[in-house]
Amino acid sequence: MTLPLFGAEGDPGPDFAALLRSTGFEPPTPSAPAGDTAIAHATTVVAIRFRQGVVMAGDRRATAGHLIRHRTIEKVFPADRHSGVAIAGAAGPAMEMVRLFQLQLEHYEKVEGKRLSLDGKANQLAMLVRNNLPAAMQGFAVVPLFAGYDTGREAGRLFQYDVTGGRYEEQEYAVGGSGSLHAGTVIKLGYRPDADADEMIDLTVSALFRTAEEDSATGGPDLIRGIYPVVAVIGASGFERVADSEVEARFRDLLADLERRGGDLP
Amino acid sequence: MTMPFYVAPEQMMKDRADFARKGIARGRALAALSIGGGILICAENRSSTLRKVSEIYDRIAFAGVGRYNEFDQLRIAGVRHADLKGYTYSREDVDARSLANQYAQVLGQTFTHEMKPMEVEILVAEVSSDPDGDQMFHVLYDGTVNDESGYTVLGGEADSIAEQLGEAYDRGWETGAAVAAAAAALSGQERTLGAADLEVAILARESGRRAFQRIEGDELAGLLE
Repeated sequence: MTLPLFGAEGDPGPDFAALLRSTGFEPPTPSAPAGDTAIAHATTVVAIRFRQGVVMAGDRRATAGHLIRHRTIEKVFPADRHSGVAIAGAAGPAMEMVRLFQLQLEHYEKVEGKRLSLDGKANQLAMLVRNNLPAAMQGFAVVPLFAGYDTGREAGRLFQYDVTGGRYEEQEYAVGGSGSLHAGTVIKLGYRPDADADEMIDLTVSALFRTAEEDSATGGPDLIRGIYPVVAVIGASGFERVADSEVEARFRDLLADLERRGGDLP
Repeated sequence: MTMPFYVAPEQMMKDRADFARKGIARGRALAALSIGGGILICAENRSSTLRKVSEIYDRIAFAGVGRYNEFDQLRIAGVRHADLKGYTYSREDVDARSLANQYAQVLGQTFTHEMKPMEVEILVAEVSSDPDGDQMFHVLYDGTVNDESGYTVLGGEADSIAEQLGEAYDRGWETGAAVAAAAAALSGQERTLGAADLEVAILARESGRRAFQRIEGDELAGLLE
């Protein structure tokens, strides 16, 4: 691998994706539909804004058709210090998109000597989703959620995307993936604008639990194997993943509460 | 028909080297030291925006002296090289040695084939979890690579600064003591450099993934007191 030097004309600037293109590392676009090939899909992700930031969570299941492909996949990632990304859709391209997005932000920061603004990051992700559109039309759609702490505005912000790269800023919450209908309903009923992180972590845990009951592609808490959803809080101090033991404790509280009510599940 | 004048190769190389050395000697120096807490890089630089010391990768830093536009171009190429390598292989496969060799190749090529050699000297440093594993590569304008251990000085009057630093150098230094010693060595006898005249960064041994941290403003002023 030689040192990538460019003249003034072909210089890709701080754009890592452009650098990949100019050095021939760009991933190929699928030329035919996935058809009957079973592709692993990442399923439900949720994000909720609270006063000082955003809580993001995702279950751990990946499905291929009607089969469970992975039990421990992760769908919530730090994008950089103050932002995170959660993905739903074709798992392979989604992971690649996250990796590219993380690198894109870090590369910009190193080349330019300063971080991108939160809007700049959200637009970068929109561009990656839009570039994936030809693949999405072949059945490899990826739809991320993006959340970050805006250090300028001192507030958490939340964005969702559609397959065309459309970027939509949400004020309350956003959901993605196969279980989004159920997760969205649970969050809608439990959402309060003045809640703190702690209450919103409980709400995401409850939403993912209820969704797993209704959607076969969403994994619930696995008490036997000790697999729990990934939950992260993004606030002024940056992206922090909630410890598995803490998520487990919240699930156990939720289950105990349901049991007290006499197994009276709706 | 005009005949080009014959210039002996020895003379041509000497002229080029003198030219590059003169350009570098005009620039202000920097010092890098391997100490307990990591690799400290201290540069004399009055600008807080045009940097001499920068992050390349998780545990690798870059520092340059001489012509800013030339070493900054090399810095960006280094960031690209490292990020591409980490993307194609893995993060742990990115190392300072191969980057220093790439720099040496480019500088050597420019020195012999281009109109003008680059008027720069650069340092590629990689911090390890163990102080003995620290690596510092000093690459000269003609592509010569020196593997330095302990401390090194780049730029104008490097020899006298290195001599002064060498007398005081202690690899067990705390960050504060190392910054003060580096600032004193860079200042020389007649003047004193303050926080506004220095650009300081450390590749911290005990850190998260990205070891590069700048030491600026009040923090730097506090260490210099």
